[in-house]
Amino acid sequence: MTTKLGGPARRALPATEPSRHQKDESRQPKSGTSLTAQFVKILLLGLVTAFAVWAAFPLIAEEHWFGLALLVATTAAILYIYLTPRHIPAKYLVPGTLFLVVFQLFPVLYTASTAFTNFGDGHRGSKQDAIVAIQTSSVTRVPGSAEYALSIATQGDPATGPIVFLITDPATKAVSIGDAEGLTPAGAVTVTSSGKVTAAEGYTVLNAGQASARSKEITEFTVPTQGGAIRSAGLSRAYEGKAGRAYDAVTDSIRDMTSGKSWVADESVGAFVAADGERLAQGWKVNVGFDNFTRALTDDTISGPFLRTLIWNFAFALGSTGFTFVLGLFIALALHSSRVRGRNLYRILLVLPYAMPSFAMLLVWRDMFNTDFGLINNLFGTDVDWFGGAASARLAVILVQLWLGYPYMFLVSTGALQAIPGELLDATKVDGAGVWQSFTNVTLPLLMIPLTPLLISSFAFNFNNFNAIWLTTEGAPFPADNTTNGATDLLITYTYRLAFGGSGAQYGFAAAISIFIFLIVATISTISFRRTRQLEEVYS
Amino acid sequence: MTRWIKQVGWRHLVGLLGLVFALGPLLFVLSAAINPQGTLASSTLVPSGASAENFTKLFSDTNFGHWFLNSIVIAGVAAAASVFLSALAAYAFSRRRFHGHRIGLMSLLLIQMFPQFLAVVAIFLMFSTITDLWPAFGFNTWWGMILLYLGGALGVNTWLMKGFYDTIPKELDESAVVDGATHAEIFFKILLPLVAPILAVTGLLAFIGTMNEFLIANVFLTDSESKTLAVGLYGLVAGERDANFGVFCAGTLLTAIPTVGVFMYLQRYIVEGLSAGAVKG
Repeated sequence: MTTKLGGPARRALPATEPSRHQKDESRQPKSGTSLTAQFVKILLLGLVTAFAVWAAFPLIAEEHWFGLALLVATTAAILYIYLTPRHIPAKYLVPGTLFLVVFQLFPVLYTASTAFTNFGDGHRGSKQDAIVAIQTSSVTRVPGSAEYALSIATQGDPATGPIVFLITDPATKAVSIGDAEGLTPAGAVTVTSSGKVTAAEGYTVLNAGQASARSKEITEFTVPTQGGAIRSAGLSRAYEGKAGRAYDAVTDSIRDMTSGKSWVADESVGAFVAADGERLAQGWKVNVGFDNFTRALTDDTISGPFLRTLIWNFAFALGSTGFTFVLGLFIALALHSSRVRGRNLYRILLVLPYAMPSFAMLLVWRDMFNTDFGLINNLFGTDVDWFGGAASARLAVILVQLWLGYPYMFLVSTGALQAIPGELLDATKVDGAGVWQSFTNVTLPLLMIPLTPLLISSFAFNFNNFNAIWLTTEGAPFPADNTTNGATDLLITYTYRLAFGGSGAQYGFAAAISIFIFLIVATISTISFRRTRQLEEVYS
Repeated sequence: MTRWIKQVGWRHLVGLLGLVFALGPLLFVLSAAINPQGTLASSTLVPSGASAENFTKLFSDTNFGHWFLNSIVIAGVAAAASVFLSALAAYAFSRRRFHGHRIGLMSLLLIQMFPQFLAVVAIFLMFSTITDLWPAFGFNTWWGMILLYLGGALGVNTWLMKGFYDTIPKELDESAVVDGATHAEIFFKILLPLVAPILAVTGLLAFIGTMNEFLIANVFLTDSESKTLAVGLYGLVAGERDANFGVFCAGTLLTAIPTVGVFMYLQRYIVEGLSAGAVKG
């Protein structure tokens, strides 16, 4: 069935006019226009080069030679492409592709590679980082150890800059600067008789108020020293403690000084493991192969919720797309008659939900479903705990999606309906077809040609509609025995909670699940697009 | 009369029911915004009083002015630039046959399907380096945010535009070539004016999308003054749900003004562009 729809074909017709215009222009001396074009081209390429030079200085200063090479190569490639007459498609593709590669492809590839690691809380840095962290966190105060006068300073903004300890030895009055690297002698400083530092060259000394605002950071801050670390005791005193646990390079293990217990490094899990199976919380990042993927499928505590979430995710995407389409199409059909007056007013008002900021309206809907104060319970005199039960919460989010989404479907259906020639429907009437019959046999098939690709992209969008869930239910309600996976959670919100949620970040595992999501959406979309004419264009 | 009901009356009934559904929540927002009490509990469909108190609070107690400006600049520039970038790419895909043509189009579609914000850790690490090297493009800056959004410039928009370009006869280009036009002249002088509707649509979609983008902006913009409307307004009701509701609704109404305005202005194009973009005649 290849009946042409009127809209686009008509669109193409007025083109004769600009083409005549073009002919007129070509009769004029050509040098004028091409001179301007040349000028613009040279200006733009000059700007690109200037930008590259500007960007090169920090790279040179920081000795990022690889980055510099990349910058030079990219700039050279850009200049080459635009200065030769060949490679015309590249001239049009390069600008967008550059952004795509740097800000989309690279992060995606990086994330994909994370899926094969145990990257996350407790496994962030290198093994060396983990050893330092284990040693400094085990530092305890030795009775009778020296106490130093402490002043807290920073090199940047008093509220956010990195913390530095200024430590005064009570005996010698010598001031040292302690940061995460260790102790270094201070430069020019002003010290009071009590050992308090009031000014230090190159640093901003925090006053009492600023320091107490950051007291949590200060308590956690340690300055590593030989065999231990310096920690704060309050905001004006510091002590040097001894490490209770030390790393032994020969056996590649951590040994506890008091209990004598030792944890041996296990490179396959990226952690120190004791003989009894106990693991130290601080580990390091290692490659774990397909562990994250198999874990999602085989670990019972995860695979059950994962499957349930997957099913709900499909239901949500189908529901959001399907209901909005049905409602939007129904209203469009109802208003698609020249006998309905005020169609334009209807259209403008009906489309308003689509033009509203959706993030804000999602939050408004969240509050409209509020059990105690919400509009819905007030208006209908009900007392439903909407987000408390799985079924009502699911109904609620679908309803919100319906409100947000049907104006779009109404718009596109209206457009597509206008493109169906009226004579076609008149002909069916003459042939004796009823309203329903002519709708299902003529109108709907014709509508589906332009609308199917839009429905597919709408499905793909809703499949990963993070805002729709996160800004309304945040995945709630949660079963009593599982706080990571709620009844309205989509895979994407579930993944987000895994990656950034309260119970510790699991970037590696979250990345693995996002690869699953990608595979699912990509498969469905590819199959569906293959069945539509959208794809035929690609193969033509 | 019954004939009228059967043929026209029910259409109005459907339209009116549609209006009630569409406008109910909006009326609630409006009423809460002008309700001087300003809490969720006191908000009803019909306001109990009217004052501009929530609006004055919005400007005096929050950085709303900054958020508004940030959102407009970031979404405006990002939308305009992304439309231009995808218009360029769509030209190549629609009018040129080249090595990797098919693979290019398919990979655009596929890359888009990776949930981009799950790459937010990678993006965060990447921009930590950028902030060190070029602070002008780092965290909390307009430029950084815009660059990041331009990563998604090619994609659905390119597809939509290519579909529209394809409906414009190639003979036009060919006759222009005969007349001695270069490929750049064909693109800028012939094609671009003809595809104005789809430019308007994709521009509007990109603008709305960027205005509503919450997650990446939330990670990226931490300074109160550099936040966008989505991040800033979310902060208003994230903690205290009840108390700030009126102020939040006032902010929502003001946020809607630019989009609704552009929307009304472009409506004619939108119907045409959205449906035609997907059609191969």
